[in-house]
Amino acid sequence: MTDLTLDGVSYRYPTGTLALDAVSLQVRAGERVALIGQNGSGKTTLVRHLNGLLRPTSGRVLHDGMDVADRTVAQLARLVGLAFQDPDRQIFRGTVRGEVEFGPRNLGLRGGALRTAVDAALAEVGLEAEAGTNPYDLGASRRKLLALASVQAMGTPVLVLDEPTTGQDLRGVEIVKRVIARATGAGRTVIAISHDMSFVAETFDRVVALRDGNVILDGTPASAFAEESWDALRSTYLEPPLPAVIGSRLGLGATPTDDALLAALAAGS
Amino acid sequence: MLTLESFTYRYAGARRPSLQEVSLELRDGEVLGLAGASEAGKTTLCLVASGLAPRTVGGSLAGRVLLDGEDTTPLAMHELAGRVGIAFASPATQLSGVAATVYEEVAFGPMNLGVPRDDVIARTEEALAALRIESLAERDPAQLSGGQQQLVAIAGLLALRPAHVVLDEPTAQLDPAGTAMVAAALAGLAATGASILVAEQKTDLLAAICGRVVVLDAGRVVLDGLATDVLANPRLADLGVAPPASVRLRRAADGMGLSPAALARLDGSLAP
Repeated sequence: MTDLTLDGVSYRYPTGTLALDAVSLQVRAGERVALIGQNGSGKTTLVRHLNGLLRPTSGRVLHDGMDVADRTVAQLARLVGLAFQDPDRQIFRGTVRGEVEFGPRNLGLRGGALRTAVDAALAEVGLEAEAGTNPYDLGASRRKLLALASVQAMGTPVLVLDEPTTGQDLRGVEIVKRVIARATGAGRTVIAISHDMSFVAETFDRVVALRDGNVILDGTPASAFAEESWDALRSTYLEPPLPAVIGSRLGLGATPTDDALLAALAAGS
Repeated sequence: MLTLESFTYRYAGARRPSLQEVSLELRDGEVLGLAGASEAGKTTLCLVASGLAPRTVGGSLAGRVLLDGEDTTPLAMHELAGRVGIAFASPATQLSGVAATVYEEVAFGPMNLGVPRDDVIARTEEALAALRIESLAERDPAQLSGGQQQLVAIAGLLALRPAHVVLDEPTAQLDPAGTAMVAAALAGLAATGASILVAEQKTDLLAAICGRVVVLDAGRVVLDGLATDVLANPRLADLGVAPPASVRLRRAADGMGLSPAALARLDGSLAP
């Protein structure tokens, strides 16, 4: 399993935009980390450094203490699987099974082991009956689940998901939560970018907020959504989830989820 | 007013129709929300309402789409474009790909409809201002983030000043600030008398901007009524739609067997 470290990472796009401004962040193996912040705050730029799609303008990216500057994207793909925000930038095979097979096959899986990994990933996202289907005959939300399955099937120690619940209905969000729970249950690290604060509060044990390429909050959902953090959240145009607001209004302390709020209500009366 | 008159639509080669016997009336100045599970027919309904299906997408349509009482069947796509605008869920589908700047992208629609130059400029600047993206005017659309691109795509739609606007999950790519901007722009547009149909998974957004909400299930309208009633309907979750946060919280509270005093406290804090 892999510990990730960003050590003073800055990234400037060729256009001159400074997207990351000396970000230092450590993510230990098995953590579930949500990255939040307004559009353009640097979230996607940050995760693209984890698998080498982008290289820091200055600073270092370390995997288990080793600088990965001289590792290729192909080498880093064994460690970090990244599901894009837009699945159509990722999907390219003619069948659902072929799409999911591509990653693990490139990592060297063959025969029964490959089949097992692909079947498990398809079943996890509810696409087992669609193995022979052309991905573009699936609706957009199921294509997104397909992209998730194809990264999941690679079994990388680190799983990075860029806005995994976008466009998902109730069932789709439950599937995403299940994939994340299974991955961390198996000791893998999950880092997800999300704008859905309820999903973030309910699914992750750590919340990192970015603004203009800087980390402005880093803590548990309880602390990141506690009243003391609201000014910081609002400075990047985020609102705390409803139960956090209600808990604060009722003087019940930090209650980032429905469950936390209702438990506090039950205890307080 | 946009009227869908008992229509059934089937994609070319599809075994079953994607929409069946759907009747819907979109009144002037109304913001109508469209909810439903994935693949319930929301996108298809947006395509039919905007005239793209079957004109551009193909497939077969039974039933009629009326604009202010006029049957749109004989109209060509360019005749419809100035009257019904559509925004897709993915800005990549929407943006022209030929404009070098955001300003040109937003101006692209009215220019292609032959709108006079001064009017194109006025419309473009107004649309950029409505979504507060004036600062992006000189940027290359291809270099923007997904959320910024979506705001540009919606601005391009507003610049057409259509009387009817159809939006398919317009905020899927947006952060909460962008979502709020789109909500405000839509409310402002509705206040000018335009009618708006908006498909969304975010029921909190529908609750905020819609008077009426329709829920689709397997291609049929299963719920249609006041937004407050439909979004509080206990069947919503079974239909694959996540209820708004306050409804979800209140229902979880009922399931926990809280004391009447605790429930009253919660209700007091949820009141607007």
